[in-house]
Amino acid sequence: MTDNISISPVNLAPTSAEKFRARIVPLLFMVAILLVIPLFSPSRTAYSLLAAIGINIVFALSYNMLLGRGGLLSFGHAVYFGLGGYAAMHAMRAVELGESGFWSGFPIFGLPIVGFAAGALAGAIIGWPSCRRSGTPFAMISLGVAELIAAAGFMFASVFGGEEGITGDRMNGPELFGLSMGPLSDIYIFIAVWTFIGTASMYAFTRTPLGKLSEATRDNPERVQFIGFSPVRIRYMVFIFAGAFAGMAGAMAAVNYEIFTPDALSLNPSGFVLLMAYIGGIRYFPGPIVGAIVLTLMQSMLSDFTEAWLLYLGVLFISIVTFAPSGLSGVMYGSYTAVRQEGLGGSLQKVKLKLPAFTLIFLGMLVLIETSVRKSNGHGEVFEFFGLSLPFTSPITWLLIAGPIIAGVALLWKAKTDDQGDQP
Amino acid sequence: METILFSLLNGVIYGLLLFMLSSGLTLIFSMMGILNFAHASFYMLGAYFAYSFTQVTSFWLALIFAPILVGLFGAAVERWGLRKVHANGHVAELLFTFGLAYLIDEVVKIIWGKNTVDYQIPHALDFPLFELFGAQYPAYRMFILVVAVAMLAVLWYLLKRTRIGLIIQASLTHPHMVGHLGHNVPRIFMAVFGAGCALAALAGVIGGNYLTTEPSMATFMGPVVFVVVVVGGLGSLEGAFIASLLIGLMQTFAISISASFGDIFGWAGLSPTSELGSITISSLAPMLPFLMLVLILMIRPNGLMGTREV
Repeated sequence: MTDNISISPVNLAPTSAEKFRARIVPLLFMVAILLVIPLFSPSRTAYSLLAAIGINIVFALSYNMLLGRGGLLSFGHAVYFGLGGYAAMHAMRAVELGESGFWSGFPIFGLPIVGFAAGALAGAIIGWPSCRRSGTPFAMISLGVAELIAAAGFMFASVFGGEEGITGDRMNGPELFGLSMGPLSDIYIFIAVWTFIGTASMYAFTRTPLGKLSEATRDNPERVQFIGFSPVRIRYMVFIFAGAFAGMAGAMAAVNYEIFTPDALSLNPSGFVLLMAYIGGIRYFPGPIVGAIVLTLMQSMLSDFTEAWLLYLGVLFISIVTFAPSGLSGVMYGSYTAVRQEGLGGSLQKVKLKLPAFTLIFLGMLVLIETSVRKSNGHGEVFEFFGLSLPFTSPITWLLIAGPIIAGVALLWKAKTDDQGDQP
Repeated sequence: METILFSLLNGVIYGLLLFMLSSGLTLIFSMMGILNFAHASFYMLGAYFAYSFTQVTSFWLALIFAPILVGLFGAAVERWGLRKVHANGHVAELLFTFGLAYLIDEVVKIIWGKNTVDYQIPHALDFPLFELFGAQYPAYRMFILVVAVAMLAVLWYLLKRTRIGLIIQASLTHPHMVGHLGHNVPRIFMAVFGAGCALAALAGVIGGNYLTTEPSMATFMGPVVFVVVVVGGLGSLEGAFIASLLIGLMQTFAISISASFGDIFGWAGLSPTSELGSITISSLAPMLPFLMLVLILMIRPNGLMGTREV
């Protein structure tokens, strides 16, 4: 009797070609973009904008190590950004003085390493008490610590420079790769290199056992304990790495702006990085990159067009939290798969009511916000909309506000009842 | 002596204002698990609504209608905002209120301007009540005290002596069981959320003219209110009451102490002119609540009177 039962388990592991496509190609794509940008010979404003985007990408990604990957909501991540930046600033001044042997030979290009170390140290000290808790207590501790450190920042003027902060000069020390760090194109190379290093190593971190365990701790800390790991220690180690990368971003900012003020430690930048990561989408690795790009562009460009850009930011954030919790990257990914599965026509059919509805509501709110902002300024300025002048008191203005909003809400209502009709 | 007495009075008043703000937050937090970041924004809305009311009518109407309006607005936020987000978990709810606080800040700046508005104490209460050690004590502060104590009494009666209070207390710990007994738990949530916002607005109405009414008042007050809730303990109004008074007294007393570290630790060789030595106790006052928050969360996560962990 021949027993030919052979178990051939299906090999679920990705082939090396798939691994290459999923893991290496996006990074190569990023390198290509970073290399192509200087070919367009960007203007000064574009260069400074690109630098800000690079810094925010590293900062937002480091934040997502906590929120997206580790499930730890922090309201004080700017503390590590700020402390890393201050450490880099003091190192920059030491290079400038050139008194001690070590610092006089230290290239400015390597300052993000100093920021990395300082952020890791700060994370190791502050994380020790706070990582014993998760969830809301962790969020509250981070809030309290952020308030304390921000207040201390204004108190100790010799370290943090008081209200004016401290300044430095980046054109000192030995030149690395022939970069004097003076011109903006040199700074672009500096930011691009470190943005890539930060992104690549944070992506690599998600592939390590620690990165995987941090996701497991987010989803089910009890089971992590069952398989013999301590969630507290995992959180603590992730926290240190997140602080370290935030410190690296801080050092990039220190070199780029050559000034650091205690405001960088406060709750405002902590809130901003939360918005960046969440709007971009915390469930996808590239999400915070998308968020950093969109929010930095909003911050610098939308604020030229309208004074109420923070209001638009708030509306965007609330809409994301309410309607698209997976963020902008989730929306992009979702529509990409929908179009692939059902074709463009089919997926448009699904949103044929919702898309115009949201557009109409947005249009009405835009007119409302813009006319009110101009009224509130008291400069007597009138909102011009497609060549139409809309003063606050004119009935046409209010028609343009109420009309689209009511029409949009009605369309949404119809979409809802249609949906219910489809699935009784 | 007079410093101590005045600090005591002012501390108690500040503490009662804090309690008015945090009582609603404690109920909301322990019932729904939502740490409402926008709670202080409702306090700010109360102050601004009251300011607009006093422009048109009188302070006394504002005292009644501003909290009602804000309470209705809060209930609407719960009904059409938070309830929708609830499916995505607590973090999404927290972030929703975080964004709402952002939004209310900006809207207030557009409607009422970026500067402090001139929200004044009503004329009928603008006189010195009594004189102590040659210093006059304004009647309006006593009025705050009276309103706060009255609110405290009403709240205590409602929660401990009525059927509604019984249901609310039950839903604090066992919302599913209350639902099984046939009560509409989502509606209870909405009502409690609205009532909590109305209490915050009441604090804004009577505190806005005692402190200042400006767009940054929410960001200033918000974190302190969290501290009260966490220090007091989850689901414990008594704890919130003790914590409010504690923080109120601590801050007012710290402000009145002008001694510096150098004066206190001079025996240990700390020079009063050095950077650490020149820090005064009064400059530390805004930091004290957060120090307390971090310490409590680490040492006693239940808070002072709480029965469960945060």
